Amino acid sequence: MDNLGYLFAAYTIIFVVIFGYVLFIWRRQAALEAELQSLESRLASLDSNANPSRTGGARQS
Amino acid sequence: MNGRAIRIGLGVLVLALMLAALYMVFVVVPTEADQGIVQRIFYFHVPCAWVAFASFALVAVAGIFYLWLGDQVWDDMGYAAAEVGTIFCGLVLITGSIWAKPIWGAWWTWDSRLTTTLILFLLYCGYLMLRSMAGDSEQGARFGAVVGIVAAIDVPIVIVSVRLWRTIHPAVLVTRQGGHGLEDPRMVATLLVALAAFTALFIWILCLRFVTLRMRTRLRTLAGSLAMAELADQP
Repeated sequence: MDNLGYLFAAYTIIFVVIFGYVLFIWRRQAALEAELQSLESRLASLDSNANPSRTGGARQS
Repeated sequence: MNGRAIRIGLGVLVLALMLAALYMVFVVVPTEADQGIVQRIFYFHVPCAWVAFASFALVAVAGIFYLWLGDQVWDDMGYAAAEVGTIFCGLVLITGSIWAKPIWGAWWTWDSRLTTTLILFLLYCGYLMLRSMAGDSEQGARFGAVVGIVAAIDVPIVIVSVRLWRTIHPAVLVTRQGGHGLEDPRMVATLLVALAAFTALFIWILCLRFVTLRMRTRLRTLAGSLAMAELADQP
């Protein structure tokens, strides 16, 4: 059981680094998703202002 | 089946394979006679190296396709693979160093395998720094592709370094005399399960990172369209 500390350290570092990296990607993905949604809605509202016949106007007629 | 479902399914597969690999490493495989329990680092150290090499090969392939076709998808693929590869190459160096201390009596030695692996790690750190400094420019993507292709030349050098130069690093998978150095079939089985687990992990993380980069590219395009639309909207 000599050197158990080295074995424990190696496996711990592997899992901490991988878990940290996956967490970083998930958080980045969530932030990008929110940003994308906000941009898409702004673009859609601008588009409907510029072409009312393609959105609300078309539905009313 | 959509992309999100595939990524979740792959994540579950990674978890199952990783648990199986840990069970094999800590329960099934016998303790190596010379090195003792610390030799078990080998079963995750080698798969980390495999993932790093596969990533860097993918960076080179993506770089070639980007330079050839100029499609942003290849640049995103190369960038994602370079990041994943650098992280796993860092893990190879760290776990190797932890393994070396009780066996060689030193954290680090300027052995050919270790030195060429460190060079590989630094080359891809350089790639990531270049990409970070160049921002989203097309020129940065082109330079990145060239650096990724040139840096991948070090991968075969790392692999054959134990045969080319005098080294204290063990040649376990293919020994200098030929054949492999794993005397027990359970050791081979454990290594294969760990390799399968890390291959699945590599594909999963690469997919996650690639999707993030694709989203960033789409965000850039949308921001451009929005700026144009706002400009056109002004009286």
